[in-house]
Amino acid sequence: MRTFWLSLALITAAYLLFWLLLLWATAAYSPPEVWLNTVMKPEIRYAAALSLLTCTAAAAIALLFAVPIGYFMARCQFRGKTLLDAALDIPIVLPPMVIGICLLIFFQTSIGRSIEQVISFTYTIAGVVLAQFVVAAAFAIRTMRGTFDHLSARPEEVALTLGATRFQSFWHVALPTARRGMLAAFCIAWARSLGEFGPILVFAGATRMRTEVLPTTVWLELSVGNLDSAVTVSLAMILIAVIVLVAVRATGEKV
Amino acid sequence: MPQEKKFNLTIPVISLKNISWKAPGEGFKLHDISLTIPDNTYAVLMGSTGCGKTSLLEIVCGLRQPNQGQIFLDDRDVTLLEPRERRIGYVPQDLALFPGRRVKAQLSFALQMRGLSDETLIQQLAEDLRITHLLERLPEQLSGGEKQRVALARALAAQPRVLLLDEPLSALDESTREDAMTLLRTLQSKHALTVLHVTHSSSEANTLGQLRLRLDDGQIVSV
Repeated sequence: MRTFWLSLALITAAYLLFWLLLLWATAAYSPPEVWLNTVMKPEIRYAAALSLLTCTAAAAIALLFAVPIGYFMARCQFRGKTLLDAALDIPIVLPPMVIGICLLIFFQTSIGRSIEQVISFTYTIAGVVLAQFVVAAAFAIRTMRGTFDHLSARPEEVALTLGATRFQSFWHVALPTARRGMLAAFCIAWARSLGEFGPILVFAGATRMRTEVLPTTVWLELSVGNLDSAVTVSLAMILIAVIVLVAVRATGEKV
Repeated sequence: MPQEKKFNLTIPVISLKNISWKAPGEGFKLHDISLTIPDNTYAVLMGSTGCGKTSLLEIVCGLRQPNQGQIFLDDRDVTLLEPRERRIGYVPQDLALFPGRRVKAQLSFALQMRGLSDETLIQQLAEDLRITHLLERLPEQLSGGEKQRVALARALAAQPRVLLLDEPLSALDESTREDAMTLLRTLQSKHALTVLHVTHSSSEANTLGQLRLRLDDGQIVSV
């Protein structure tokens, strides 16, 4: 029995050690002066600022969709629910490049062109947000659905007997109770948006000082052989990812 | 044949006519239940676990729709009305206090939903239920007995004519239960309520019930 658990512990330790070695190798690749020089570059600072802005926008929009959809899926019983549930997970399993191509093709259709007459998405900052949102929303929806699944519907039902409408019950009882889940969903959507690369590259492009976000920077720097800058940006993204992970864990949710 | 329980003394306040209900995907059913509970009566409903007592309460307050039959409140057919339109208070077994809301906010909820504010009513209820000292506490800071009194006060704040109680005393110890039974009778009398109280306990039924009912195999079978 003891040998069994010890073997499993060794496998876990080996896996963690592998990850720690990866991080250590990345962190030790270039000295701190190089990090500072990289961070001071205007294009890197632009990419970082754009990443923060677009990730926040994408996560906020994702939450606006995730809360009602998550509540609907958790509380409403209807025929075809399993099918809809699977459909909502499609962006999670689709290859990222495919999502980018789907977006690009959609905005070549008559509906897409009509939308672009109001707001332009292809190869714009709005396109970066949209590409991030498409994937991030699926993760946010899954988180919100889990949150509402774990909350008893009983207080919401009692609220109905106390004079509340369905909306008031949702707004005054369900939402305040789900605030930790909402924070977790926002953080997860934000982190997914930060790491998004494929759809952005295909749909919004990788134009410096325009639609360049941090993952694009890593790719652009690698493509011109500037490994130091690529490593520095990667380290910054690792740091942000760890902060988000800690924040999500603090809400009691899991990524 | 379904039996209809009638009292001739007063005007009936709740009448169930031929109520049937089947749980989705389960064999469990309520069969053709007809029942009349007169105004200002303390009725107790007993029955074995899983016999459908809670489902019947939820049908009466509008949280479930029956497959068949009608529910009358006085002479008004309320079967298709939303729960908020029925003026029926409901205290579920788990009490379902609103997480994160202080006791005072729990009591104000029903008035808030109607866009009203009545500090006097809240204070009066808090005094009646002996929870004045708990008004600033959160649900997780309350004992079982305190939670039960807060849930009752919250339901009464909506000023219902009918109060449905689903095993409200089941989580209380013997001494607290005696106290709670006295409180329930006092409240019923003071607020002129018609109460339908679900319980497993014969002693509760004997102490509180002016009308004693039993639900067996999905039917009201005895008084």
